[in-house]
Amino acid sequence: MRDKIFKFLLLLSSVLVLLVCGGMVFSLVSGSWEAISAFGFWNFLTSSDWNPVPGEESYGALPFIAGTVMTSFLALVLCIPFSLPVALFNGEYYKGKKIAAVIGSVVDLLAGIPSVVYGLWGFYTLRPLITDLGLSDQGFGVLTASVILAVMIIPYSASLSSEFFSMVPGDLKEGAFSLGATRYEVIRNVIFPFAGSGVFASYILALGRALGETMAVTMLIGNTINIPSSLVDTGNTMASVIANQFGEADGLKLSSLIAIGLLLFLITAVINFIGKMVIKKFS
Amino acid sequence: MSETNDKIDTVLRMRNVCISYTRDKMAVNDVSADIARNRITAIMGPSGCGKSTLLRAVNRMHELYPDITVKGDILLNGKDIMKMNPMEVRRMAGMVFQRPNPFPTMSIYENVVAGLKFNDIKQGRSERDELVENCLRSVSLWDEVKDSLNKRGTFLSGGQQQRLCIARALALKPDVLLMDEPTSALDPVATNRIEELLLELKQQLTIVIVTHNMSQAARISDYSMFMYLGELVEFDNTEKMFTAPSDKRTEEYLNGRFG
Repeated sequence: MRDKIFKFLLLLSSVLVLLVCGGMVFSLVSGSWEAISAFGFWNFLTSSDWNPVPGEESYGALPFIAGTVMTSFLALVLCIPFSLPVALFNGEYYKGKKIAAVIGSVVDLLAGIPSVVYGLWGFYTLRPLITDLGLSDQGFGVLTASVILAVMIIPYSASLSSEFFSMVPGDLKEGAFSLGATRYEVIRNVIFPFAGSGVFASYILALGRALGETMAVTMLIGNTINIPSSLVDTGNTMASVIANQFGEADGLKLSSLIAIGLLLFLITAVINFIGKMVIKKFS
Repeated sequence: MSETNDKIDTVLRMRNVCISYTRDKMAVNDVSADIARNRITAIMGPSGCGKSTLLRAVNRMHELYPDITVKGDILLNGKDIMKMNPMEVRRMAGMVFQRPNPFPTMSIYENVVAGLKFNDIKQGRSERDELVENCLRSVSLWDEVKDSLNKRGTFLSGGQQQRLCIARALALKPDVLLMDEPTSALDPVATNRIEELLLELKQQLTIVIVTHNMSQAARISDYSMFMYLGELVEFDNTEKMFTAPSDKRTEEYLNGRFG
């Protein structure tokens, strides 16, 4: 009898989670319906209008899609030169050593810092640096946001890919060493090919995090509604425009913001799904 | 050690080799031995007696694990291996492991020439094709895989994989082949094929094989070493050791009383 109650409770909680998720999707879809039916789905994606004047209202998601893609991919590119060495250091060179554990926990600590703290640091430390370097007048923009994003996603990609590096069987490495390979050759010809798909997946998942990151980006990207014309230009991401404008939006504008939210939800879901599939195939 | 007719040509000379994992724990204690060229020398002994440890010191594999220290001299073709480049030592003394370990991300062909790649040995396409064919022929794998050279080596059976690993070691034309229980993960048929192969291969090179399997040592080896608790108890002609061992411990081990 107790067993049955326990089982029922477990089932109930699981169904509840499903319902919450389903309800979220439903309210996103129904909330964005007004905008999508007014502009058409494809047109909404490809339009860069953002005109809130009553009577002439017209909204499009393109500038935010562009801003999101630019910041996320730039962040990914900037994060690799740091996360890959950390992963190799922890997962291969100093695997199981104390120093690897210390570095591992410091990197994990980075993951625990609240987004708004990163935003503050970026605002008061990184932004002046960008200005001093003469890259832009006020230091806001895609580059500034991407640098912060890069720091924020390093822990995810580094700790996950170091797991994959450390999963390379020792006898394969010994086999290569016994044929006269140097450590570099072992890494290049045995470890990278073996762990490659897993490491790739860890970057996909890191990209998934970068796409949806909101607070720090909102504080640094400049929040202008335009397709960024250069890396130091200001802009908005899908997440930042929602955070910035939802408070004073209603009607068609609110519906457009919700549609952007739905889009962001779908993109991150797909990216995470791909990452998880690659990892599943790996193991 | 007795070989009356011909003078022994020593390829590998070990003098007072001591190996320890930690400061106080000796894994191999004061082993001296001369390994004869073009012969098969078996190293026998119960688990943990230091036989694999000794074998892995010969190609300096122990250096992958910084806690292991080796004292004494090991001379390969008269040269002190500690004064040679470790890559060169490993090129001259190939190794085959307990579990077949072909590189899973490489094709059969790439597996055979992997050593050339690691050692930056550049060869023309036809020369390389010929080498691959020769190596695979000498492990009698060629006929089985010649149509699937571009397939992954991991699709082969365990015995085939192990022969591929031997071919991979042969591609570097080593003087010595160090084998660490190469058949312990294989079935009897595959084991038999490898043993036949070793008897052919000793025309080309010297084989030192660590084995748990006493009948294997009796079947294929010319010389046998018996190690116990890190010490080399007895080293003799295999026939002599199996018929008239001079040490009581060897006799007890061979009669299955321990180990």
